[in-house]
Amino acid sequence: MKCDYCDSKATVFLTQLAEGQMKKVCLCDSCAKERGVTDPTGFSLADMLVSNFQDPPSPVVSGKRRERSAGGAKVCPECGFTVEDFQKVRRFGCGKCYQVFNEELAPMLRGMHKGLSHIGKVPEGLMESHFRHKRLEELHAKLEQAIASESYEDAADIRDEIQTLDEVGK
Amino acid sequence: MMRFSTLIRHPADWMTGAQADQCAVVTSRIRLARNLRGHSFPGWAKKSERAETLEILRPAVEGLPPMKDAFSREFGDLSSVQKQVLVERHLISREHAARSEGSGAVIERRQSFSIMLNEEDHLRMQSIRPGLRLKEAYQALNALDSELEQKLEYAFDPTLGYLTTCPTNLGTGLRASSMLHLPGLVLSDQIGPVLQAVNKIGLAVRGLYGEGTESLGNLYQISNQSTLGESEETIINRLDRVIAQVASHEQNAREKLMEDDPSMVADKIGRAYGVLRNAHLIDSKEALNHLSLLRLGGNLGFFPAATVNLCDTLLMDIQQAHLQLHAGTKLSPESRDSIRAEIVRSRLQSLDSPDIDTKKNNQTDRFPEDGNPEDA
Repeated sequence: MKCDYCDSKATVFLTQLAEGQMKKVCLCDSCAKERGVTDPTGFSLADMLVSNFQDPPSPVVSGKRRERSAGGAKVCPECGFTVEDFQKVRRFGCGKCYQVFNEELAPMLRGMHKGLSHIGKVPEGLMESHFRHKRLEELHAKLEQAIASESYEDAADIRDEIQTLDEVGK
Repeated sequence: MMRFSTLIRHPADWMTGAQADQCAVVTSRIRLARNLRGHSFPGWAKKSERAETLEILRPAVEGLPPMKDAFSREFGDLSSVQKQVLVERHLISREHAARSEGSGAVIERRQSFSIMLNEEDHLRMQSIRPGLRLKEAYQALNALDSELEQKLEYAFDPTLGYLTTCPTNLGTGLRASSMLHLPGLVLSDQIGPVLQAVNKIGLAVRGLYGEGTESLGNLYQISNQSTLGESEETIINRLDRVIAQVASHEQNAREKLMEDDPSMVADKIGRAYGVLRNAHLIDSKEALNHLSLLRLGGNLGFFPAATVNLCDTLLMDIQQAHLQLHAGTKLSPESRDSIRAEIVRSRLQSLDSPDIDTKKNNQTDRFPEDGNPEDA
């Protein structure tokens, strides 16, 4: 989870109910301190922050974010649903939207559900690909760890396994 | 094809299946939300797209073995009163009743399964059972879902699970709920803390007709909120445990009321009986509240046990759309209250006045045999 203002890892998560809607902001340590969010007496600042965040990109927004807004609002290629539509109705247009608006969705899910990843029934026809996907997720995490700890031999093995699984999935 | 009148003439299985040992839990309901892969969700789909998905969904659902000879309609073919009757029976949602062409419902003959087509999601499937039988209701619906899965390709994501229009239903797409009748907790002023405790562990508490509705007749619905990150089994087991606990609190509250203040309980039930048996104009709120006390009386042995089922059936039959259907014409509020009172009176005609033996015990307590000169 990345900070909404810079690209560092977010450690502070703010949730607020405003106008009957749940609003969420994710911040890294330094952005949170800068804005007085971690100071318990500074709650009104948190309010300001949340309401500002609802407006279009402020100057602190990263380059990545600006790039997207320059190309117009994000749109689902399959059903034409836009990010504004989502912010208005808090619902999606089709299954594909979940991939397209993943970033907007992620902070909402945290306050809504007990977890972020599905546990439970899987359609029978998708069982195999479901477990392959889960295994791939695990392997990618392991690969990152291996690289970080500079155990390149392990990393190579993991990469091979990922490649094999990817081949099967094609 | 099953006619609307045939469907409605008979009370649902759950209305007649109340079990004596689970008097506080009226029904258990399971709902699953599913969508078709590669089709826009109903709320966003163009009219032509909705018609197209309905063409795919309807034959698949009608072809399920339990749906043989089921009631199946596109909503363009139902009047708004008919749809409202289905809402009052908990067979479709209030939101769904507002839809017309391009949406529909398939309802099993005994009303224990109903499947809404093009509701907020392409499929909203429900199974309903009397008493606390969430696991059984889930098993039945799960089998139906697995069968549909063979014919339809669902929108599913390995990380997010079943994809739903609203992210609040994501993952399992499962909403499990029970309707509870809690007059004991209400009369003993314990309802607030109990419901708050339920809320605190992440379960939702609502009134008779779901989200945003008032609690009438001491009826409450308790359901799960989180649908992602836990298996169906975990969700249902937790809910089952909590509901059993609330039901046992209710049982204790009733026992304590009968011990501490039997006259108060007898008076309330007796008055409710008096009003329902004799009123000529009664609005739905008053009727629901009195029926709640009559139901309690049935549980406490003041009336024959079958009174409980009678109350559960009346609960549906005295609501607005049911009355309108019964009268066959649009009704003014006054004539509605009059017909409602008439139906209640006629159904309770053979119900004897409450058998209140607690009254006797109570009197002997207060007037010792040698203390009352008038007795001599």
